[in-house]
Amino acid sequence: MVGAGGIGCELLKTLALSGFQDIHIIDMDTIEVSNLNRQFLFRQSHVGQSKAKVARDAVLRFRPNISITPYHANVKESRFNVDFFKEFDVVLNGLDNLDARRHVNRLCLAADIPLVESGTTGFLGQVTVHLKGKTECYECQPKPAPKTYPVCTITSTPSKFVHCIVWAKDLLFAKLFGDKNQENDLNVRSSDTANSSEHSEDVFECRKDEDIERYGRRIYDHVFGHNIEVALSNEETWKNRNKPRPIYSKDVLPEKQTKENGNKEKGCAADDVSAMVSLSLKNPQDIWSLVENSRVFLEALRLFFLKREKDIGNLTFDKDDQLAVEFVTAAANIRASSFGIPLHSLFEAKGIAGNIVHAVATTNAIIAGLIVIEAIKVLQKDNNNYRMTYCLEHPSRKLLLMPVEPYEPNRSCYVCSETPVSLEVNTQRSKLRDFVEKIIKAKLGMNFPLIMQGASILYEVGEDLEEDMVAIYAANLEKALSELPSPVTSGSVLTVEDLQQEFSCSINIKHREEFDEEKEPDGMLLSGWVEAPVDKDNNKPIGNDESTSNALPSGETLEGEKDDEIQETSEVVEAFTGKKRKLSEVSEVTAPDPSGPSSINQNKPKKLDIDDEADELIISDDWESLTKKKKL
Amino acid sequence: MDGEELTEQETALYDRQIRVWGADAQRRLSKSHILVCGLKGTVAEFCKNIVLAGVGSVTLVDDRVVTDESLPANFLILPHENHYNGKTLAEVCCDSLKEFNPMVDVAVETGDISTFGVEFFEKFDAVIISCCSLGKKKLINQKCRKLSKRVAFYTVECRGSCGEMFVDLQDYKYSKKKLEETIECQIEYPSFEEAISVPWRALPRRVSKLYFAMRVIEQFEDVEGRNPGETSIADRLGVLKLRKELCETNSLDESQIPDALLERLLTDTREFPPVCAIIGGILGQEVIKAISGKGDPLKNFFFFDAMDGKGLIEDISGPSTRS
Repeated sequence: MVGAGGIGCELLKTLALSGFQDIHIIDMDTIEVSNLNRQFLFRQSHVGQSKAKVARDAVLRFRPNISITPYHANVKESRFNVDFFKEFDVVLNGLDNLDARRHVNRLCLAADIPLVESGTTGFLGQVTVHLKGKTECYECQPKPAPKTYPVCTITSTPSKFVHCIVWAKDLLFAKLFGDKNQENDLNVRSSDTANSSEHSEDVFECRKDEDIERYGRRIYDHVFGHNIEVALSNEETWKNRNKPRPIYSKDVLPEKQTKENGNKEKGCAADDVSAMVSLSLKNPQDIWSLVENSRVFLEALRLFFLKREKDIGNLTFDKDDQLAVEFVTAAANIRASSFGIPLHSLFEAKGIAGNIVHAVATTNAIIAGLIVIEAIKVLQKDNNNYRMTYCLEHPSRKLLLMPVEPYEPNRSCYVCSETPVSLEVNTQRSKLRDFVEKIIKAKLGMNFPLIMQGASILYEVGEDLEEDMVAIYAANLEKALSELPSPVTSGSVLTVEDLQQEFSCSINIKHREEFDEEKEPDGMLLSGWVEAPVDKDNNKPIGNDESTSNALPSGETLEGEKDDEIQETSEVVEAFTGKKRKLSEVSEVTAPDPSGPSSINQNKPKKLDIDDEADELIISDDWESLTKKKKL
Repeated sequence: MDGEELTEQETALYDRQIRVWGADAQRRLSKSHILVCGLKGTVAEFCKNIVLAGVGSVTLVDDRVVTDESLPANFLILPHENHYNGKTLAEVCCDSLKEFNPMVDVAVETGDISTFGVEFFEKFDAVIISCCSLGKKKLINQKCRKLSKRVAFYTVECRGSCGEMFVDLQDYKYSKKKLEETIECQIEYPSFEEAISVPWRALPRRVSKLYFAMRVIEQFEDVEGRNPGETSIADRLGVLKLRKELCETNSLDESQIPDALLERLLTDTREFPPVCAIIGGILGQEVIKAISGKGDPLKNFFFFDAMDGKGLIEDISGPSTRS
């Protein structure tokens, strides 16, 4: 089993009850309070301990005679190689991120071990079975990557609350409290670039002997007042858009009031410091007014400098850091106010900023039951009866649990069918480093790549490399593709491998001069690796939430967060468009009618009748109306 | 909402589920009282789910003494003799369930609830029974229906790779948002007795065969005076004979209740843990919906068969209550 969280706890319990005797379980996380509403093997007293180990101990209490081996480790570690996976009869995933799922998928393919995949979000869930050569692999159908937003939307023209959150978290918070050496786009796109970049160095630093209150107001005025005025001066931008309004602290919070807030610290430890407590704002579900948000902004900033000075310069946003969440909420709300975007509560903001997946115990329990049923079939080599099962929130044709036959492997899948992909890139401008980070690692999901052109190795990562080779590779990273020792130009074919995943891929290079800054911010376009359509903001496969890195890539795109609407995912709908051939269609002599459900295939519906709008709005609107309580 | 706000502890613990159903629904859950009778694997799963969800209280009824037979599908029973020796199922499960959420009141009630009066049932918002005879199901359902407040009634049975769940919310009104508007919804549910009295011929053509099969076995146990779940493959001939009679009375073709299905149900009489998890999960969701007033509850039967993998809702109701 990979994962001992929401699905993992339910799965381990059901496996043990069902008679499985030898289970290994890998999980890198430790237990948090927010897990306890569904990860029932854990108790309050276990907070901070390894999930894999505690889960094992808990299950042994009611099944003492089975063997459970826990690994408190990241499944991407090199010890979990193909030989490791070959020891098992079946692999069961209970993961929460795309990256790890792809990694395990490749290892299972390389080891030729069956994989049962699963995911849940709220009331939705799914279970899929993957057997090399017989069914699709996990990557045969495109999985949408986490949403990203163009830089200018974040820095200049936000239109949604999530844009304000990304600004507050990845720009402002990072600038004030994070690594000072990190590139930061906070002041870009003003019409007076030269002046402002110099000016900005002074602005964000606290001056010697500067009063913290004064400093806070100065920052406030700079980002919500001055920067907005500068943006407004560029008429072009606002031709077809609503103009933002600059906000200055003296207009929102006349001087006297902030001094009254002063001294409510009760000698609490650095960890417990909270602006909400200090300002007596009790309910995280309340939507604060502009005045309240401004107070929180200033108070949170003040508390960081007063009580957590040591952290400043080292911080990355952590959703469990109360003060950070308060600051980001307030900052995002003030910016939203400026741009006429609806404000949100701390509870909502935290969910967006922290990429929180909403989750309940019941869905995980159902999915765990379905996983075990498939796992048993795998052990029995019951090849004709494997199923993908979808757990729906609203019934479709009376079905809440909808079984579907697995599909044949996708012949164009670059992972399991070894089809080459193509890359359009400006070979004279783009560096090898960009190629490695944005394409090889981010898009193709390789962790330790080896890149070759013919017999020349352009780049590799490894433990036993000679020093001079390491130096050459480091130098190569900074070169443009066409300037590499073995030049990469239009028509080049690169072979990229990840030795741990035992996965190899060919990339055909095609030179292109220009790229659209907004639509193709990376300056590279990969095809043959088909990305799912990004027509809605939250098209993630069920159960993929966390962006795996908090650090921004060097300036060009910003990782987006989960939209605050909760929506059905595209993957469920995709499964029913009937475009791919299912296993049964191969073995039957007469092909079933693809235009609609026939009486033969009544239990294999081709189209999913989801009343999309109703489904989407019921939970989210209701939830919003319940949580929107404006204070007078 | 003064004094009724969720505590800081509740907000922290329930964060992930509040993001699913909202703080208001969570508050309603925390004030609810659930009665559970018949503690086998599926119901154990259900209890775990609602305790985690944060209901106000769960009252457990099952005076059967724990034996080795109780162990297989019930993870609430720890297999150390001194843990369960002499204790009843309710007592042992109570101890385990308390651990899952200290904020939920879990208690044991002894005795046969068929003999309990109206005042007893009025304390609850939902009653769930399992492992009981047809007569008892009808009786308890009736008691729930006679109260001045609505008490939701549920039954579950799992046999081998199959499971059945029944819901009776009586006259259920709730509201939901659809495209900026709030719509008022109303669903009328038949009682268990009313539902199973609907002539088979009057039911929609493609009703799950499992519905009929469960009714045959249920009738068999009733007529032969068997304890629930005791019918086995040894009774095959008797069961097939009863099927024939029932089909004739109902003008239903016998092929609608296949031999193979009945035989499966008679052979695998013990609960299958994955099915317990699935049915226990669906039941948990339904009870949460009914108590919180959020979400469309299912009407009125749910079936799962691991053989075909379908989790299916059937509306078994007479013309007056058909939705």
